[in-house]
Amino acid sequence: MSEITPETVKHLAELARIALSDAEIGMLTTQLGAIVDSVAKVSEVATPDVPATSHPIPLTNVSRPDVPGVTLTAAEALAGAPESDGSRFVVSAILGEEQ
Amino acid sequence: MTDLTRLGAAELSSLLTAREVSSVEVTRAHLERIAAVDGAVHAYLHVSADALGTAAKIDSARLDGVALGPLAGVPIAIKDVLCTRDMPSTAGSRILEGWVPPYDATPVARLRAGGLVPLGKTNMDEFAMGSSTEHSAYGPTHNPWDLDRIPGGSGGGSAAAVAAFEAPLALGSDTGGSIRQPGAVTGTVGVKPTYGGVSRYGAIALASSLDQVGPVTRSVLDAGLLHDVIGGHDPRDSTSLTDTWPSFAAAAREGALADSLKGVRVGVVRELDSPGFQAGVSQRFHEALELLTAAGAEIVEVSAPHFEYAVAAYYVILPAEASSNLAKFDSVRFGLRVTPPGGGTVEQVMAATREAGFGAEVKRRVILGTYALSAGYYDAYYGSAQKVRTLIQRDFAAAFEQADVLVSPSAPTTAFRIGEKIDDPLAMYLNDVTTIPANLAGVPGMTLPMGLAPEDGLPTGFQLMAPAREDARLYRIGATLERLLVERHGAILDGAPALV
Repeated sequence: MSEITPETVKHLAELARIALSDAEIGMLTTQLGAIVDSVAKVSEVATPDVPATSHPIPLTNVSRPDVPGVTLTAAEALAGAPESDGSRFVVSAILGEEQ
Repeated sequence: MTDLTRLGAAELSSLLTAREVSSVEVTRAHLERIAAVDGAVHAYLHVSADALGTAAKIDSARLDGVALGPLAGVPIAIKDVLCTRDMPSTAGSRILEGWVPPYDATPVARLRAGGLVPLGKTNMDEFAMGSSTEHSAYGPTHNPWDLDRIPGGSGGGSAAAVAAFEAPLALGSDTGGSIRQPGAVTGTVGVKPTYGGVSRYGAIALASSLDQVGPVTRSVLDAGLLHDVIGGHDPRDSTSLTDTWPSFAAAAREGALADSLKGVRVGVVRELDSPGFQAGVSQRFHEALELLTAAGAEIVEVSAPHFEYAVAAYYVILPAEASSNLAKFDSVRFGLRVTPPGGGTVEQVMAATREAGFGAEVKRRVILGTYALSAGYYDAYYGSAQKVRTLIQRDFAAAFEQADVLVSPSAPTTAFRIGEKIDDPLAMYLNDVTTIPANLAGVPGMTLPMGLAPEDGLPTGFQLMAPAREDARLYRIGATLERLLVERHGAILDGAPALV
């Protein structure tokens, strides 16, 4: 059995920046436990002699000439932002009070 | 007058080129069809207000003698995962509600350059996570064959739009079967190209090493015509292959005319021909194999012993990549922002936004991916899954020594009922058991309808897979098989409910 506990889920949710409710934490603890137990079978055949594949058709040294191209204007880049001051994205305080 | 919505893209292309119909007429017919049936089907999230204007421009260009591509003037539906600068692009998520991107995805830009007429954006499981389109934040799409059933997923909207004659063509994206499984359960054709064959630029990423954009159509030839428009190298996608591709439409035309499959070795993957599949699916699959044999193909059984680990590897790799890709939805640059009561730091705003903006399946996979990538678990899960990927690639390589194409049912069952699997993620994940191996290995796959299952009268799909870069082989052999299947069963969508 997996070691997924409510505390694990809570910690993962903090890492993933999702403010889960207690009810969600409870449900995910059960569901993740079952999913993790199921996917753990990958380790059955993953012996040390087998190399890992990260990409189906690997390409190397993909580059392009370093020349200026057309880019988004500030107005275009900011058009979908929840809040901006016309030239920058506006966010809430980065540092908490304790910092 | 002919109902223009019943015609495929190749037929529309001929009529448009001969100026027997105008793009405005064709587009209007589809908009009327959408108005008539989409209340029941819910294939579209957004219908373009510009479609008739775009069509009129193509018509006048044609009258002016401008050289146009073969699909100019043909309407198309676009999966909402693809960025469109003139229509909202939400990927089925509340967190992107109303967001209009500042640029077009490359496949969309190529459609426009080819003169196709975007009709609108189609519904999908949120961020393409699902096999039923029930995980859309905007409500499920209904299968045109039975409105109480799912149209597959994640691209259920594109498949349902094409099956319900609300569009002759659609774009989909396939990460673990999101083009092919919806194709199977709606009686349509879908192709997942070789990884790198179609640009991913502007396709909102789910799992970058698996995602591939491709055609959703009612015939193999139409899929080839669309693939010819959207495919080919794009310097904006660093995984885009630089190959020169043959015409897939030409391959489909060649296949449709072939009177024999003599010399073609068709490999039946033992692990994907499971006794656990729905009886009618297996029956139609084995009947299709008999048609291939009768046409001269040699049927060989091949074994891919590591395919049984594919679903497990996929549900490690996909959540890991998705948890990274979805980090960009942070309430800063686009989409939703939710501030907790009384305000909060930027981190608290992010967490509140993601809690409010992501649905249950997205949260589940992001948390799972975060777990699989955490220190202490990385080797056991992600590292092992990547090794399984190597083993699956080796299985494919060995199988393609014995066979020119590999075949299986495209999905283990016909369309299930809406709500039937929504509370059981593991059961939902098993819908893609037949389609996932191709994504893990990057090889191309196609589904085409192989008749209705006798027990429920619903569509079943036949999957063909070819070695990487051999997409043309799928079109050639697929078009021959399509002709044999239509001779046997008729065009199965002719038997679908009228909906009005």
